[in-house]
Amino acid sequence: MTLTLKSVSKTYPDGTVALQPTELHVEPGEIVSLLGPSGCGKTTLLRIIAGLETPNAGSEVRFGDDDVTNMPVEHRKVGMVFQSYALFPNMSVKGNIAYGLKMQKLGRDAIEERVTEVIRLCQLEPYVDRRITALSGGQRQRVALARAFAPRPRILLLDEPLSALDAALRVTLREELAGLLRRFNITALFVTHDQDEAMAIADKVAVMSHGKVVQTGTPEELYRNPKTSFVAGFVGHAMQLEGQVRGSVLEMSGGRLELPRAGDDCDVYVRAEDVALDEAGPLKATVESSTFLGTHYRVGLSGLGARTIFANHAGQKSPALGSQVRVAMHPSALMLLPREDDRS
Amino acid sequence: MKLTLPKMLQIAVTFVTCAFLLVPTLQSVLAGVTVNYFKGVSSGLTLKWIGRVWELYADSIFLSIWLAIACLVCTLIIGVPAAYGLARRPGWVSRVLEEFISLPLAIPGLALALALLQLYGSMKGFRTSWTFILAGHVLYTLPFMVRSVLAVLSVIDLKTLEEGAASLGAGPWRRFCDIVVPNAMPGILAGALTVVTLSIGEFNLTWMLHTPYLKTLPVGLADSYASMRLEVASAYTLVFFVIIVPLLMAMQWASNRAQRIAQ
Ligand SMILES: Nc1ncnc2c1ncn2[C@@H]1O[C@H](COP(=O)(O)OP(=O)(O)OP(=O)(O)O)[C@@H](O)[C@H]1O
Ligand SMILES: [Mg+2]
Repeated sequence: MTLTLKSVSKTYPDGTVALQPTELHVEPGEIVSLLGPSGCGKTTLLRIIAGLETPNAGSEVRFGDDDVTNMPVEHRKVGMVFQSYALFPNMSVKGNIAYGLKMQKLGRDAIEERVTEVIRLCQLEPYVDRRITALSGGQRQRVALARAFAPRPRILLLDEPLSALDAALRVTLREELAGLLRRFNITALFVTHDQDEAMAIADKVAVMSHGKVVQTGTPEELYRNPKTSFVAGFVGHAMQLEGQVRGSVLEMSGGRLELPRAGDDCDVYVRAEDVALDEAGPLKATVESSTFLGTHYRVGLSGLGARTIFANHAGQKSPALGSQVRVAMHPSALMLLPREDDRS
Repeated sequence: MKLTLPKMLQIAVTFVTCAFLLVPTLQSVLAGVTVNYFKGVSSGLTLKWIGRVWELYADSIFLSIWLAIACLVCTLIIGVPAAYGLARRPGWVSRVLEEFISLPLAIPGLALALALLQLYGSMKGFRTSWTFILAGHVLYTLPFMVRSVLAVLSVIDLKTLEEGAASLGAGPWRRFCDIVVPNAMPGILAGALTVVTLSIGEFNLTWMLHTPYLKTLPVGLADSYASMRLEVASAYTLVFFVIIVPLLMAMQWASNRAQRIAQ
């Protein structure tokens, strides 16, 4: 089922503008992530799609050809996974998963069959009759997913499904969740503020900032071709290079840097993995810090501008602190983005 | 364990306090089964007085039980949805409403009864029927039910649970039955036992509202103290105990459970 949002906006009764008019289009079977910093309106958008929040007048939410803007939640046939999971403590794991099917007034056999199927899919067999309170965080997350998916919803909506888990578990379950969503073969929209999570799970990422979707694209597109400095910074932590752009050259305090094209009125950004310590490099810098991260060193360089620029250095040895090094950045790795007055 | 002086003092104080409370109780119970109270237990033990109580006041016992059940049904029907409404919309309006429902707690039963009499006393059919006493009991016990249910509901994330159920296709009524009531059950249970116990033991209000043909258990007790032999009155106390003590114990158990959930 396709999901289409047309100029969906939301102002809360207290006057907070949580969502500015927003467009979004999700193809059938696509897994889309809503990525953005805290407070940018991700949850609000998700809840409007679920029908848990009423959007401002003039907004339009479509499921395929079905205009659901004014349809209450219970008729929308959406599967929702809440941040806190919201599992029913008065029911067993099985009771939770069967609840949506019971609401559809299916026969006992049909319910049993579907519940067994979903339980197997989510590998919850050992916990079928457990109480919710006797499950670990990861198991609860899977039960929440199974409960949302069991009634064959038109779309699956997940609000930070991994944020209630601790960091180590989050990485493992990220892969598991990605696998499950693919196997479900369902249109899914999930909210996160963690770019690694978005990249790992989604086919397409919609980056949000201040109540607006600022760019939508595949993870690769967003990473390689950010349209704004906000996206560049948020997806992949791009750093701004300070200096004066003259034609296709950036004049920095540490030297002159070749740009891929003329870029007046542009800011120049680069990522740490594209900053190389190179004897023949055009820029001079001083090593300010160095952190060993297993696969590489993260080297902090001063002298390239007011702010520290980091380089991921893959060599066997880290350069000595305080030493002078030469730095190179390949022109193709530099991102020229339109200058923004109001940077967020 | 060594018995030090402070420890022995503690035990002694506890013992004396218990004795202070228990001895009159036991004496009263004993009086209810002795043949002649003034001659003491040596006059022999008998169940005759209990039989007399049954003969004279069986109606009161049944009326009290009936009233307690009716009162429970009313407080459940009014109190649980009311607590739910208050829990779903926290804010100053709910606060004020909660205090308003709780007013009967602070007002003496006599005043409450007087108000009821002033307002409805002239409606003869209502005034002389058992529903008049019921109205008083419901008024008096409702706050206990509401508060007990509210205490449990306000610690669970009711809004999100309901949203979860709604997203799975449950309408408002189903959500209330499937999610709200089962999760509020410990509070409902504790509230129910409180209501029943209070209704059976209520005297102040009932004394003002009762008619000669409608005596509840405590009103009958007062009546027997005033007009019967001491043995009959004591036997009455015994009967009262037999009914109320198991209820009190169940109430303790239920409120412990509700508290454990609230933590
Ligand atoms: N019920 C509400 N009433 C008023 N303002 C609200 C309400 N819910 C959210 N907001 C405001 O709307 C804005 C967007 O909130 P939202 O919860 O959608 O953010 P979010 O992107 O999900 O953030 P997070 O990552 O922290 O969950 C915030 O400024 C928030 O304070
Ligand atoms: Mg949120």
